Amino acid sequence: MSNEDSQQVRPARRRLVEILLGGGVFASVVSFLYPVLKYLVPPAVPDLGQDDVVAAAVGDLKPNGSKVFRFGSRPALLLLTAEGEYHAVSAVCTHLGCTVQYRSDLHEIWCACHNGTYDLDGRNVSGPPPRPLENFQVNIRGKEIVVSRKRGV
Amino acid sequence: MTLAVCALAYGSRAQTANTCLDCHGVLDPPLRVTEAQFSQDIHFQKGLTCASCHGGDPTKADMDAMSKAAGFRGKIERNQVPALCGRCHSDGNFMRQYNPGLRTDQFSQYQTSVHGKLFAKGDTKVAVCIDCHGVHDLRPARDSRSNVHPLNIAQTCARCHSDAAYMKPYGIPTDQFANYSKSVHHEAMTARGDLSAPTCTTCHGNHGAAPPGVDSVKNVCANCHVFQAQMYEKSSHKTVFQSAGLPGCVVCHSNHGITHPTDAKLGTGPEGVCMQCHSPGDDCDRARVGLLASLTKLDQSIKSADSVLGVAESSGMEVSEARLQQDQARDSLTKARVTIHSFQPKLIDQDIQAGLKIAAKDLQAGKAALSERDFRRKGLGIAVIFILITLVGLFLYIRQLEGKPANG
Amino acid sequence: MKIVKQVREWIDERFGWAKLTEPLRHKTVPIHKLSYWYFLGGITLFLFGIQVCTGILLLMYYRPSANEAFESVQYIMTRVQFGWLIRSIHSWAANLMIFTAFLHMFSVLFLRAYRKPRELTWVSGMILLFLVLGFGFSGYLLPWNTLAFFATKVGTEITGQVPLVGHTMMVLLRGGEEVTGATLSRFFGIHVAVLPGLTAFLILIHLALVQRFGMSLPPSVQAASKVNPSVVREMKFLPNFLLREFMAWYIALGVLGALAALLPWELGTKADPFGAAPAGIRPEWYFMFMFQTLKLIPSKILHIDGELLGIGAFGLAGAIWVLLPFLGGQREKRGGRLIRGAGVFALCYIVAMTIYGYLAK
Repeated sequence: MSNEDSQQVRPARRRLVEILLGGGVFASVVSFLYPVLKYLVPPAVPDLGQDDVVAAAVGDLKPNGSKVFRFGSRPALLLLTAEGEYHAVSAVCTHLGCTVQYRSDLHEIWCACHNGTYDLDGRNVSGPPPRPLENFQVNIRGKEIVVSRKRGV
Repeated sequence: MTLAVCALAYGSRAQTANTCLDCHGVLDPPLRVTEAQFSQDIHFQKGLTCASCHGGDPTKADMDAMSKAAGFRGKIERNQVPALCGRCHSDGNFMRQYNPGLRTDQFSQYQTSVHGKLFAKGDTKVAVCIDCHGVHDLRPARDSRSNVHPLNIAQTCARCHSDAAYMKPYGIPTDQFANYSKSVHHEAMTARGDLSAPTCTTCHGNHGAAPPGVDSVKNVCANCHVFQAQMYEKSSHKTVFQSAGLPGCVVCHSNHGITHPTDAKLGTGPEGVCMQCHSPGDDCDRARVGLLASLTKLDQSIKSADSVLGVAESSGMEVSEARLQQDQARDSLTKARVTIHSFQPKLIDQDIQAGLKIAAKDLQAGKAALSERDFRRKGLGIAVIFILITLVGLFLYIRQLEGKPANG
Repeated sequence: MKIVKQVREWIDERFGWAKLTEPLRHKTVPIHKLSYWYFLGGITLFLFGIQVCTGILLLMYYRPSANEAFESVQYIMTRVQFGWLIRSIHSWAANLMIFTAFLHMFSVLFLRAYRKPRELTWVSGMILLFLVLGFGFSGYLLPWNTLAFFATKVGTEITGQVPLVGHTMMVLLRGGEEVTGATLSRFFGIHVAVLPGLTAFLILIHLALVQRFGMSLPPSVQAASKVNPSVVREMKFLPNFLLREFMAWYIALGVLGALAALLPWELGTKADPFGAAPAGIRPEWYFMFMFQTLKLIPSKILHIDGELLGIGAFGLAGAIWVLLPFLGGQREKRGGRLIRGAGVFALCYIVAMTIYGYLAK
């Protein structure tokens, strides 16, 4: 492949070129492959579905406690009653979109913006909210609390 | 004659004949009532005629219509108006035929009002039914053109209550409407279109209009501002204000010119309210200073987290999770500001600490995003260097292959 | 190196590899002052390869349903390690590929490489250009963000304006009367299965034809070489020209990486089919010139609907463009000038309309 002329090039020079080219190709290919290989490894948070989310682990919530977690691209509220029941509702207030919270003193869901209140299943009880909060299904899967959209209805 | 009546019946738009408008439609004011005007009237639309209130015979085509024999009353005097309206509107059996859902206690309510009480003593300057509701083009309250539609009520009241000359004999202020126009409630209604925002009648009542008593102001505000009222109820200020005969919420928030409260209310500037009563250096003053400081601290930390997140976002980093959490931090701040009404620094501090925690986490997330961005740029730099090395290598290899005679 | 020789011999004994690759080893590329334009085809092919690789990687995490598409792209951008890199490279390479494809087409036009015997190479190339635009249009919707949703709505709406078959075409494209999750499913299938299959097939034909006929010499160079043969020299394709192509490809790779890291592709906001269209809705830059033209055409010209005329005009222009080599006419010189004139007009029109489209906002 190489013509006669290349034989005149000093061996040291050829070595340098070889190292440069070989090393460069190797290094750049590694710098391409490294991200690709890391990409293929599933991330720690296995799911960001719109329909199914691990909201917390069993034991994360204390009785009469709550947690705001991400469901799809919007916040949702997981709460554990004093009796040990889990409830999960959308945390976006149906009035003007503020994030609602669980009032452990009043045992109801409250919106700080305009005093809207909802019961633990998301039904709007008083104040400005015109519609109930979307209610989600809560299942325990081993140590995980899985919140998913209600099917059917 | 019957033919003429039938013809008139067909000709007029009402269910029953109403010849009064034939003349009164072209007379000069104050006798002028046009068909265009009266067709807008709710009573007309329900089938009533001029004779329903004024008496007379609406089927007659000329001055015979105004016959005393037919019960013609002519102009209704102001002191006769409430009783005339009440003749129908207080009769439950009668009103059920037209609108079973309408209340029929307006007249009895009116009699409890300041207007009604003065009216009973013979004062005809006070408002009677037609002053607020209109008379010949009376529209229901839900019609946005009605004088008693929520958007228009304040202006209707202001017609008298802002007229200093008119109100002189009564010795009450006439700045209510001017103050209300600057208020956050007025803004909610006019700028944000919130029809549930309070107007004059919300706090004063409509037919039974009277100012709420000093002790009951809090109850009125509490109808909407539930949590603030609950906290205030359990607070030290409630007993003090009550025993001093001070009107609760109004002391700090005023009654008509209720502006959007800011943290400056806790300050010592013109908007500050605490120092109206408290002395500088006393326990409460110190608590106030602490409160203001921690509220400001939370506000600042939320803002600084926001700005770092903004920088990260504009560099192309994805920080939507942290942005979501920021909403919660802001909620904590709102909550803290509501808890102020308990006047218990410990309670307020709980909300503030919660908010500070969230804001601090978000600031961290923003900083992490920025360092991730820097890491990516470094990684890019390294990859570019490798690529450049390869390019140089390729270039030299090509030259070597093709044996360029220049410095081999 | 010995192992490479052994493997080559093994393959050759079974498949006649040496004989197959014989023509490739003899292939030469004419080098002259205009030969840099020869790189464009290869770069477009390289970018297509990048798209296939990053596309397959994206397929590992992307979910093509209206409920999950946006979230899955968000997931790739935020949770998957180097997901941001793969996704941004995919988006940037898409735009770069369309750009180089257009440049390649225009350079072939102005260097007159479409002439006999290369007519079918031109036709296959034009079909590839349309396929690439199809890739752009279908892929744009997949993140299911507001801009993409409404751009697709407008784009498919315009398709519906075509007389007779327009409505059917639109319904087939949209998977219904409106743009919904069904549209997303269709576009996804088109983007990852239909178009790649067609494109791979046409690339093979296109490359085979290029192999068959070799690189064309521009007429100006041809004329000059008759006078002075040293104006052109032949360079071996393997390895010399190929090594230079590798350099071009590596530069492209570096540019892509820089773009992905410094100017990451944005996510936008999730599409709300019932929300209002944002102000200033517009298609991607490669459709802008058509979009702007349609906006400028008056609503009625001589009783014919303006939009219809616009679509018709572009359809006609597309058809003419595909058949360009056959429209040269007998007198080559005259045909040459006509086509060059048309090319200059088209290029200026596209550039001007694209710039106008952006400034007009």
